[in-house]
Amino acid sequence: MMRRLSMPAFLSVLLLAVACFASDARAIDIKRVVSPGGIEAWLVQDSKIPLLAIKFAFKGGVETDPAGKEGLANLASTLLDEGAGPHDSQEFQRRLADNSISISFTATMDGFYGGVETLVETQEEAFELARLALTEPRFDQEAVERMRSGVLAQIRREQGDPDFLARRALYETAFPDHPYGRRARGTAESVESIKRDDLRAFVRQRFAKDNLTVAVTGDISPEQLGPVLDRIFGGLPDKAAVKPPADTVPKGAGATVLVPRPLPQTVVLMSQPGVKRNDPDWFPATIVNYVLGGGSFSSRLMEEIREKRGLTYGVYSYLVPFQHAAMVMAGGSTANQNAGTMVDLMKEEWRRMQEQGVTQEELDNAKTYLTGSFPLQFTSSEAVADVLLQVQRDGLGIDYLDRRSDLINAVTLEDVKRVAGRLLDPAALLTVVVGRPEGIEPTRTKDDVPS
Amino acid sequence: MAEPSRRLIAAPVLAFLLLFGACGPSLAQEAPRPVEPVPATAPEPEARKGVFFPESFMLDNGMQVVVVTNQRVPVITHMVWYKVGAADEETGKGGIAHFLEHLMFKATDELKPGEFSRIVARNGGRDNAFTSWDYTAYFQNVAADRLELVMRMEADRMADLRLTDETVLPERDVVLEERRQRTENEPGDKLSELVQASLFVHHPYGTPIIGWANEIAKLTRDDANQFYHTWYAPNNAVLVVAGDVTVDQVRPLAEKYFGPIAPRPVPARIRVEEPPFEAERRVILRDAEVRQPSLRRLYHAPSYNRGETVHAYPLQVLSEIVGGGATSRLYRSLVVEQRLATSAGTGYSPDVFDTSVFGAYVSPNADVDMDKLEAALAEQLAKVVRDGVTAEEVATAKTRLEREAIFARDSLRGPAMSFGVALATGRTVEDVEAWPERIAAVTVEQVNEAARAVLGQANPITGLLLPAPVREAAAQPERTGPAAGPSRSNSSGSNSSGSNSSGTIR
Repeated sequence: MMRRLSMPAFLSVLLLAVACFASDARAIDIKRVVSPGGIEAWLVQDSKIPLLAIKFAFKGGVETDPAGKEGLANLASTLLDEGAGPHDSQEFQRRLADNSISISFTATMDGFYGGVETLVETQEEAFELARLALTEPRFDQEAVERMRSGVLAQIRREQGDPDFLARRALYETAFPDHPYGRRARGTAESVESIKRDDLRAFVRQRFAKDNLTVAVTGDISPEQLGPVLDRIFGGLPDKAAVKPPADTVPKGAGATVLVPRPLPQTVVLMSQPGVKRNDPDWFPATIVNYVLGGGSFSSRLMEEIREKRGLTYGVYSYLVPFQHAAMVMAGGSTANQNAGTMVDLMKEEWRRMQEQGVTQEELDNAKTYLTGSFPLQFTSSEAVADVLLQVQRDGLGIDYLDRRSDLINAVTLEDVKRVAGRLLDPAALLTVVVGRPEGIEPTRTKDDVPS
Repeated sequence: MAEPSRRLIAAPVLAFLLLFGACGPSLAQEAPRPVEPVPATAPEPEARKGVFFPESFMLDNGMQVVVVTNQRVPVITHMVWYKVGAADEETGKGGIAHFLEHLMFKATDELKPGEFSRIVARNGGRDNAFTSWDYTAYFQNVAADRLELVMRMEADRMADLRLTDETVLPERDVVLEERRQRTENEPGDKLSELVQASLFVHHPYGTPIIGWANEIAKLTRDDANQFYHTWYAPNNAVLVVAGDVTVDQVRPLAEKYFGPIAPRPVPARIRVEEPPFEAERRVILRDAEVRQPSLRRLYHAPSYNRGETVHAYPLQVLSEIVGGGATSRLYRSLVVEQRLATSAGTGYSPDVFDTSVFGAYVSPNADVDMDKLEAALAEQLAKVVRDGVTAEEVATAKTRLEREAIFARDSLRGPAMSFGVALATGRTVEDVEAWPERIAAVTVEQVNEAARAVLGQANPITGLLLPAPVREAAAQPERTGPAAGPSRSNSSGSNSSGSNSSGTIR
């Protein structure tokens, strides 16, 4: 497999390296901490730098926005640090900035995420501000209107973004009757209709101990962390009032949706049903995706479309494991006149993988990449906490980091072939093209400009 | 990889104002962040002044090496920086620095095209590269025990790149697609390019890093080879290794792999000086795809290296006060109090080889008249020049900035970037390490002098991104002519669309 590496010394370096390679994720020591008040967190203690990162999430993201109030979770995420408890917006922001504290909130499809990053020297202030943001947000009229204006500006900006237009068309087609088909930021109308009472109800209903997950990394001991958890989260109600949406399967198989825009380059986005994170075929599917288009410069899509033909700057695939649906997606962009060629090539790679699976060499390469690259993401406190949080949310177990390499290495060529055959179906692809593509016959044209 | 950048306040703003053109070979968006210097492993940070506490040495052939130890996890980032970028290109060969960056992933005497990245991936690593006006850098993030592997391959392609038309010509098409994706499909980025070209009329910072489409289309294998042989010498390169590694591990490997590469004479980086202009300059881009307008105002500013360099540290404090976040003057006045804008801020980075830029940007609230917004912005900036800043503002801003240094150590890539940028633009390891002290030493009067010198200039450049009436997109014929440069009245590049772009010029 390294046939062009003519120099023997060169080869020996490579082989030696592969031979002695083992997962380094074990270097991460995770402790489960339960506070006196019963709040659980996973902790990686690291005292090298005097700071800490707290990451947390509540189940229920934009998917649980009430109909007609789309964008509620997103608007709320902009407002929790815009005034809470005794502090108005400017005072709250001043306390954050003057103490170099970062508090952030993000609403995603399936969850509402928060983070606190602080130096140890200012941590008391950080804990207090985080507590206030979660339990006593003010939603002052001035701040609500200011953030509403900001969201409306973002919505306007997105209307001129071809990547957004592609995602919008794809999700609306795949999930016509499901909250996943709605826009995370909402529409101009839905955002205008959100009242302060809606925001207050959002906080009351969504933030509770029973849908909370917490991960912490940094210069704090388990003994110190317990009381901190109670201090920040102890005031939350026990139970959330979130009604998750039903499970669903993406629709639109075989459809090609054109969004005509006056652009020099066509953006292509494709999807079909995929595998959820708890699917026993998750790792075979991960390997299928890596070889197909998840492996950056090493993927088949990049090799065929970029390296051999120079048709694109980037083409890629990825798995989308939502809580209530799953997709395999692929995308890229190319000059309008090459759009038909690029879509055909993508479908051809889909078919080739479906019929033949991957080679032994591709499987081996995928395994060494997927196991070896994992520790690369543990390079900052925030990044470590992000991984801990996601492992908890996915229910993978506190020993998951130790088991992950074995799970990947256990995947066989047959597993991959079976999963590729089951997973990939070029006829099931939903295709969206934004631009002025040539060589593509759309089954539908979506030429409205979103509001 | 997403290193946290929140503490590096100027970074997002600068990416917007100045560094949009940095180009990697992939979607990875590896925009360089010549941000405020940042730190790594310090046993006792209180005991020593400094930021990252690196070790550095020089190989006999003149290649500088910097090692930053950070033992959080057994991984490293390995970077080679060449002191050459888009501003060192010959006239007419715009984009060759970035094009060569792509081609460095093709064949060497030992490796097939694309093999470099495949070997890195096979070994669980990630690799990429980026180009700016002042430097070109290549990096691999790998497990610490792969240091020798990546260093060997990086040394190999410093010495023995083998280009053929078979690999060069399709890659040129890739670069043209990159340009379409990053610039021509994005009106905001198109405006950035035009504003930059209009701010630097004579200096090569006015040429986009990726190049203009018409020039990219004519670049050849010979152009790439010539650029490579002129500039890619060990004595023109800096090696930075950060992570779970010590200088004792790096030194013998660097001597073994980079050491044997002979030094060569490298041209001096003599760049033309931007002449003073007395006219007010405005760049207006009207594009059918714009739904949310924006406005930016840019001033020529000194860097650490050129112009009135004494202002470089005070300007960082000034930027924090005027446009650093939700408590800054601009945000408070334009967004909170006057309700004219939905966002407002400033950006300034002194980390360039020649002169730099100080920029302010605003995005209007719905239905706000752009003239009114511009006047309000101008008034706030004028007020800073006229009345100065307060002692309390300076003290608070300095505290915030100094704390950046602690957060910056919580990263692998941040420290490596800081040294790479600094050394590639003519500064020293000591300059990076002294950053907190130099910020701490800034006085109110220095900030006010810097404000007068930069914001007091009579002729800033103003860039406006405005909507245009939507035309019938489907009815527009494809135009395939060469892209227009910024000096044309229709300057939308190869954007052939119904957008009606205009660049008002120079």
